[in-house]
Amino acid sequence: MPNHQINPNKWIDLYSDYLYNFTISRVSDRIIAQDLVQDTFLAGLKSMKNFKGEASERTWLISILKRKIIDHYRKINSIKGKAEVRITYNDDAESEGDWLEERVADPFDKTAEDTMENEELSDAIHNCLSKLPLRQAEVFKMKTIEGFETEVICNELNITASNLWVIIHRARTAMAACLKENWF
Amino acid sequence: MSCDEANHTCDKTQYKEASFWEKVKLNIHLIYCRACRDYTKNNTKLTKKIKVSKIECLDKQCKEKMKRDFEKVLEDQKF
Repeated sequence: MPNHQINPNKWIDLYSDYLYNFTISRVSDRIIAQDLVQDTFLAGLKSMKNFKGEASERTWLISILKRKIIDHYRKINSIKGKAEVRITYNDDAESEGDWLEERVADPFDKTAEDTMENEELSDAIHNCLSKLPLRQAEVFKMKTIEGFETEVICNELNITASNLWVIIHRARTAMAACLKENWF
Repeated sequence: MSCDEANHTCDKTQYKEASFWEKVKLNIHLIYCRACRDYTKNNTKLTKKIKVSKIECLDKQCKEKMKRDFEKVLEDQKF
């Protein structure tokens, strides 16, 4: 028996940020990420009848998005002909005299492990955000993630500054409690 | 300073919006209030985690546009 219901009217409010964040870590281009997220929602809409309810809506949308990301790379590779990898740096006579350090991996560069941990952390933050009431999540994202000034948010959402700080306080308390178990 | 005020200042501090004197008063309050110390500790950790995660969100305008386009397709699909 299916456990999950599908409701496309709420997709963008509930999942767009999560899908966007998932995409941005894989394509590193904001515009392309936005397009891929949009395409995912549209593809989801077209294949709604295939949703069996076995997985959550979000998991189902992510599986569509993964295919979209693969298609995107396929497309750009076919445009280029094929992906080229050239390693000419070390044997080039012109590079003689270059600092040896330049050939060594940058210790401050992100390792695969860092990337994975960041991704897990982002997932955890999104999960916690999805548990907040919509208004709280919206204010929290604008203030904390997008970094808008208090005044801008108040004008945009038509709330007072004290109202904003009450919402922020509740959101931060809930977010800290949610993340505390695994991340603090 | 009451605990409510202390928490409010602590929230503002996370966004670098608390004044110097507010921060001084908060720190004095924290010396004797364990509950606010805990709140401040968790609040600061939350800020750090969000910074480290480099999490991003779609901006409101982009989301609105996405919604408009999506609703149009949703309407068309109904007919």
